[in-house]
Amino acid sequence: MGIYSFKLPDIGEGVVEGEVVAWHVEIGATVKEDDPVLDVMTDKATVTIPCPVDGTVRTRRGNVGEILPVGQTCITFEVEGEGNSTGEEEESEPVVEESAPEKKSKTKAVTPPAPSSRGGNSKPLASPAVRRRAKEEGLDLSKVSGSGPAGRITHEDLDDWKDAGSPVAAAGHGPREAKVGTTEIPVVGLRRKIAEQMHKSYSNIAHFSYFEDVDVTNLEELRQHLNSTRPEGAPKLTYLPFIMQALVKALSERPECNAHYDDEREVIIRHEAINLGIATQTERGLYVPVVKNVEAMDLWQTAAEMGRVTNAAKSGDASLEELSGSTFTITSLGKMGGTGATPIINHPEVGILGVHNASDSAVVRDGNIVIRRIMKLSSSWDHRVVDGFDGAMLVQILKNYLEHPATIFM
Amino acid sequence: MVEQKKCQVLVIGAGPGGYVAAIRAGQLGLSTIIVEGEKAGGTCLIRGCIPSKAMINAAHKLHDLSAMAKEGGHMGISIPGPAELNMEGLVAWKDGIVKRLNKGVENLLKRAGAELINGWAEFIDAKTCKVSSADGDIRIEAENVILANGSVPTELPFMPFGGDVISSREALDLKEVPDDLVVVGGGYIGLELGIAFAHLGSNVSVLEAMDTVLPIFDKELRRPVELNLKRLGVKVHTGVFAKGIDDEGNVQYAAKDEQENIKTLKADKVLVTVGRRPNNNGWGLEEMGIKTSEHGFVIVDEKCATNMRGVYCIGDLAERGAMLAHNASSQGEMVAEIIAGNIREWDPVAVPAIVFTEPEIVEVGLSPEQASAEGHPVIVGKFPLAANGRALTMEAEKTGGFIRVVARDDDHRILGVQAVGSHVSELSGEFTLAIEMGALLEDVAGTIHAHPTMSEAFHEAVLATLGHAIHIT
Repeated sequence: MGIYSFKLPDIGEGVVEGEVVAWHVEIGATVKEDDPVLDVMTDKATVTIPCPVDGTVRTRRGNVGEILPVGQTCITFEVEGEGNSTGEEEESEPVVEESAPEKKSKTKAVTPPAPSSRGGNSKPLASPAVRRRAKEEGLDLSKVSGSGPAGRITHEDLDDWKDAGSPVAAAGHGPREAKVGTTEIPVVGLRRKIAEQMHKSYSNIAHFSYFEDVDVTNLEELRQHLNSTRPEGAPKLTYLPFIMQALVKALSERPECNAHYDDEREVIIRHEAINLGIATQTERGLYVPVVKNVEAMDLWQTAAEMGRVTNAAKSGDASLEELSGSTFTITSLGKMGGTGATPIINHPEVGILGVHNASDSAVVRDGNIVIRRIMKLSSSWDHRVVDGFDGAMLVQILKNYLEHPATIFM
Repeated sequence: MVEQKKCQVLVIGAGPGGYVAAIRAGQLGLSTIIVEGEKAGGTCLIRGCIPSKAMINAAHKLHDLSAMAKEGGHMGISIPGPAELNMEGLVAWKDGIVKRLNKGVENLLKRAGAELINGWAEFIDAKTCKVSSADGDIRIEAENVILANGSVPTELPFMPFGGDVISSREALDLKEVPDDLVVVGGGYIGLELGIAFAHLGSNVSVLEAMDTVLPIFDKELRRPVELNLKRLGVKVHTGVFAKGIDDEGNVQYAAKDEQENIKTLKADKVLVTVGRRPNNNGWGLEEMGIKTSEHGFVIVDEKCATNMRGVYCIGDLAERGAMLAHNASSQGEMVAEIIAGNIREWDPVAVPAIVFTEPEIVEVGLSPEQASAEGHPVIVGKFPLAANGRALTMEAEKTGGFIRVVARDDDHRILGVQAVGSHVSELSGEFTLAIEMGALLEDVAGTIHAHPTMSEAFHEAVLATLGHAIHIT
């Protein structure tokens, strides 16, 4: 007779641990190869682990709800013949099955029962008095390790938890350590490029920022309508193509905003073309691909071209051509748009537009509170060459277009 | 001239939820007004829990005496002739208890500094109500409102209350014992009263639409009650619907799958106990801008707060917890403390539910099925009252009762306790405490239980769950 010890196998790419969901065998059970032994849940799926050998279950490791690392011995079998283990390794490890609750050590430092062992009912185990105190002191009991039987949380556990510092920061697995040490990451490549460009912008340009709310209720209606009736193969419209088209109109009216300022030569270069840089977050960092000659495009072309250049930037296929030549830049964080920002101008341009969240908001119209879809816009301007009035005016014109979307296309 | 009053806390309804809230609010120094349309005490004290228990006890006494009046007597005690019942006397005795408790509640409110106003409150808006009282109209403006309006018996449209069709309320005030009583609805209220009237000598029939009486309990728990119903001669018809009352006042009913085949049951009184519904109309709830559920309950969060700031709802009217007096009381106490600025939340692990049939049923926490369904590895242990000495001396074992413990197999945490048997209701406190404290089987096993008491049966049921009960094999 020998001992066969079975380690939790690698159950999928990148999976380093799994939660025991169910055991299919009891200690002492006779099992055959390929019988289901246990179910393990990973962040991807629940996997049934088959029995590796014929034999008798000798030990099991891991209660339901417990996390086992891949490579951990989870079960040992008595098998005919030699087996693969002396069994000593397992003896030295705590065998959960055999420790009856009353035998559990009362010394917290030795066996802090993990909160995850509460499987079946996620409510922390605590008396009404402890629950009330936790509520009053704003302590999250689900984060506190209980020292009592079955992980019951005592008043002392709450004291320890508070003494240990920020009660909500850590997950409560044993004592927490003060950390030392640093990691150095060299600033090279694109990151260095971004750093240089930002520094140049920020140290040279006298920024001022200007914010405005735009009622995009009508625009949203139009957008929904166009999306529901869009021709086959046409891209789904976000707000950006509309804003870009409205910018074409607005920048044409305020040409001082569609310009480069060559500060070395002290010349302002106004552009006839409207080439809009679209700040794009990629896995490698911030890129600004450019949609060129937006003034020559209709709405659908704008959307398609914007999709093409931003995707190219994201996949790393954008040509240098596609990444340069912008006359004005838009930065939009999409769903993470927030309520405002002070964007940094893409040097040597003279202005940048930040597009933020559009959400249903309570606003006052004719003395009544009504719900309207409100988008927040931020803008920054180079105050050396754009006066406050001009920057503000550009935004007001833009707002007017966006609030009356039909006028964008007139 | 309408009298004007202002207060920090206005409680509507002086039942077990409202009066507790008002007393606690008064204790906490909040200026408190409580409005009650009838008598302080509410359904529980005046026309529910308390009077029904008085009647059940009296009925039980009469039943016991009749055994002693039989040939040969009982327990060596014989009484000459049958015990005689004076129903008006019984009701008067019960009313005495109710009156004492009602005065007690009024007194407690007064001592806590809460003002009790007798009258009907109608809300004008969420924080203002008009009370029509004997002393004229009063307009009350409150900073906080606690709605504790409770519930009312559900009426069947084809046999509305009135005349010989009665609710539990009228059943507790009958001048004489009906010869033939038909109970429509075999839930806990119907069976409690049905058994009491059977003890008092009525010929009782129960009509229940479901396949069993007391359908919320599992078969094992129901069984002793069902056997005793049979022993008492209560005729139980399950899977049938009441259809109406005929010209002679008898009840018509039909089986679920034979709707055309109308049968008739002779009835002097028809007790309709098909449930209770939230008391949500006739007092201006619709003026308050408060959200209610599909079934008419007021929607509240874990603090019993409604969607309207400063308006709370507790007890039967609130959609939180079962319709139980003790739920209402604990919510009332909590809300008063919240209004006083404390941080509280209604988070019981286990709320005991008791049915005062003969035998009684107690259920606390999870049943074996519920525990398994929630994913717990379950072990169950049972101990019969027949193996408990004290139970034998009280003849509590005669109804075949037992205590059942549900625990987790791995860490031995107690998840639920159920009991059925005579007098087991008084054991419910220990069951509930064990679960609320997060007790393990070993905690109860290691607690010495006094001998001779029925509480030893709980100790033994816990030992049985651990696999080593002493007094059974």
